[in-house]
Amino acid sequence: MGARTLERRRHRAAARWAAFTAGPRPLVYVGMGSCGLAAGAGEVLAGVQAHIAARRLDVETASVGCIGPCYLEPLLDVRLPGRPRLSYANMTAELAVATLDALLAGELPRRHLVGRFALDDGWDGGAVPADDDLPAAFAAVPRLADHAMLAHQVRIVLRNCGIIDPEEVDHYLARGGYRAFEACLGTPWRDVVDTVKLSGLRGRGGAGFPTWVKWLVCREAGSGPRNLICNADEGDPGAFMNRSLIEGDPHAVLEGMLIAAYAIGASHGYVYIRAEYPLAIRRLRSAIGAARKLGLLGECVLGSDFSFDVTLKEGAGAFVCGEETALIASIEGRRGMPRTRPPFPAVSGLWGRPTIINNVETLATLPAVMARGADWYAAHGTERSKGTKTFALVGKVRRGGLIEVPFGTTLRSVIYDIGGGPTKDFRAVQTGGPSGGCLSEEFLDTPIEYETLAAAGSIMGSGGLIVLDRDTCIVDTARYFLRFTQAESCGKCVPCRVGTGHLVGILDAICSGRAELADLERLERLARVIKASSLCGLGQTAPNPVLSALKYFRDEFVEHIVDRRCRAAVCRDLVIYRVVPGRCTGCQRCVQVCPTGAITGPRAEAHNLDVDKCIKCRACYEVCRFDAIAGDAIVIESRGQRAD
Amino acid sequence: MTAARAPRRSARATGGTPSADPWPAIMRAFPGDPSDLVPVLQRAQNALGYLSPDTVRRVARWLKLSESDVFGVATFYGQFRFTPPGRHRLRVCLGTACHVKGGVQMLETLERRLQVGAGETTPDGEYDVERVLCLGCCALAPVVTLDEAIYGQMSVLRLQEMLDGRTHA
Repeated sequence: MGARTLERRRHRAAARWAAFTAGPRPLVYVGMGSCGLAAGAGEVLAGVQAHIAARRLDVETASVGCIGPCYLEPLLDVRLPGRPRLSYANMTAELAVATLDALLAGELPRRHLVGRFALDDGWDGGAVPADDDLPAAFAAVPRLADHAMLAHQVRIVLRNCGIIDPEEVDHYLARGGYRAFEACLGTPWRDVVDTVKLSGLRGRGGAGFPTWVKWLVCREAGSGPRNLICNADEGDPGAFMNRSLIEGDPHAVLEGMLIAAYAIGASHGYVYIRAEYPLAIRRLRSAIGAARKLGLLGECVLGSDFSFDVTLKEGAGAFVCGEETALIASIEGRRGMPRTRPPFPAVSGLWGRPTIINNVETLATLPAVMARGADWYAAHGTERSKGTKTFALVGKVRRGGLIEVPFGTTLRSVIYDIGGGPTKDFRAVQTGGPSGGCLSEEFLDTPIEYETLAAAGSIMGSGGLIVLDRDTCIVDTARYFLRFTQAESCGKCVPCRVGTGHLVGILDAICSGRAELADLERLERLARVIKASSLCGLGQTAPNPVLSALKYFRDEFVEHIVDRRCRAAVCRDLVIYRVVPGRCTGCQRCVQVCPTGAITGPRAEAHNLDVDKCIKCRACYEVCRFDAIAGDAIVIESRGQRAD
Repeated sequence: MTAARAPRRSARATGGTPSADPWPAIMRAFPGDPSDLVPVLQRAQNALGYLSPDTVRRVARWLKLSESDVFGVATFYGQFRFTPPGRHRLRVCLGTACHVKGGVQMLETLERRLQVGAGETTPDGEYDVERVLCLGCCALAPVVTLDEAIYGQMSVLRLQEMLDGRTHA
């Protein structure tokens, strides 16, 4: 299919998009990302569809990706003819049906209403009626773009997520999709590299290496065939940016791959994606099929002399395969173990050919950079870190989800303005996953940049931002990450294989009150050795969680060792469960749920908890909090610390 | 919890022996190049439920690799298992968000109730108990999955009720 056929398809796409955003029939949109599905979006959609069928309603349904505020899932959007799209949060099938019925009956239900799409938010392509043309009741609904979680965001990478149906290539085309790549086809590859250079785009996988430098090295490495790999092996626990992006806008990733492949002269591309992301894999596979049909992938793309096709490779569950050389080994069918560099993959990578590995987000940014220009993109962010970055904002935060902010935004703005603040008192924020670190309150006003986070002892990483409140133990969190890297260490080099095990051992001793103060020195020394002498990024960054925790929260380590006290009451060897006699009404709910018979006592009298029998399973605590006649009588507290 | 009653893998439903031989389809899908090892093993495990010594031998012969090469690659990746799976798969997410919200206690509850450790199958072949590092629905932490169904905002109590079959959470 040539460029002209694609142009004709664009007309059809525009019509279909217009019908989607402003068609004459009512339309129900359900957010069907993994997070929405986990929250029950599948039941909501099924419930609505059954209702429509049963009542023979003239209503259409559509699945969209995730718009980001996971805490509002499942989200249901409804658009009536001539009205803006309205978003309703935390739906169940019954609520969804009731909401739809009320809207069809001409009412405007307020319960669970989050906001409306508006003309100037750019999400509906200008198809929404202007505010002045709306009935007062609709005009009075707050704009979704003004919602606290969305107002502070700049959505460049996520521009289509939650807006379009990810399985509809027409929606992507109608919103300017593949135009940037088409424009690239008509220019020399060097211009594409120059634009990316001027835009200041850096690798979004974590290290922040300038994308254009890597490309240029690859382009100039010999004249044989080259490969492009999209790294979608998102392994950091607590990070799901790439998954949401692929699920919500798979064509943006493909277009980014086309642009990158054109720039470096690659003829074949691979997407190395986690097998744990079945929905993302399905959406990507369907997008690849659609792109092939449009002549965007395959021999002589759009009738040009540029050929490019994409193969999906499912990862098989190894964190280390996020490392470039390990990833290549894995695609080649070997154990995913890294090797020494140089030669860098850009010179000799997959099958010995020059290979570029770019992160999903880096690639999905490219269409926007090429379409709107380097200057426009570089106007976002800071001097050293340009553009925007997506983050998975999770943990002990009120409004969790997927967000995108310009570089230079402060951690405080992200956590408080967007996230609504921690659930309890702020303790720390963890960035960069197992390779990153915990930052204390003093860093809240630090602008987010690759350099500032590195200087603070953490890293940008791929974009996990985990908020920790006063109920989280810093030592336990550091141990958690070290256990992770130890389990995921491939075992090739000694510092990582043996060293991380010893770090975990020392942290275990601290968490169970068996450590001595000298262990802190051992911990630090060992951490520095591992950092300095490991073969790959996994080992070199593995000690970061420990080192940063020691740097900013040393007093908590000392408390664990000297006072044998865990102030967050998390470390199980240092806490006890206790019944506060004055609060216990003797309702016996805890007696019933205790699996070991540790709690005894007659009805209506304060119960007794035998600490020797208690296995600290938390069942009594929960039942007392949420189910008991008068709650909160059971407390978990650190030894030597009494709540009453 | 209707999903829970549907058998998870066809291989298991028929008592460990698959009704149809998956090999012809697998051998058609790949050219037989050693670099296809990982996807071939993935297909084989999908069809058979796990990688038996026989499967490893068969793959090795076909791809002209040694059995130890195949086994070495298979054991490197967390996805592959070498014992028959249980009828149902319980997975506890221990990603960061789930960890700070008490995921460990969910795992311990399962281990205590079902009398197995993480990564094991109950003696009656009913449940696999696995830990998984981040299912990517962190806003719902802590998360437990039973086969394809995801249960968010889990608590020890809800989990106990789920196991008791008292609720259809």
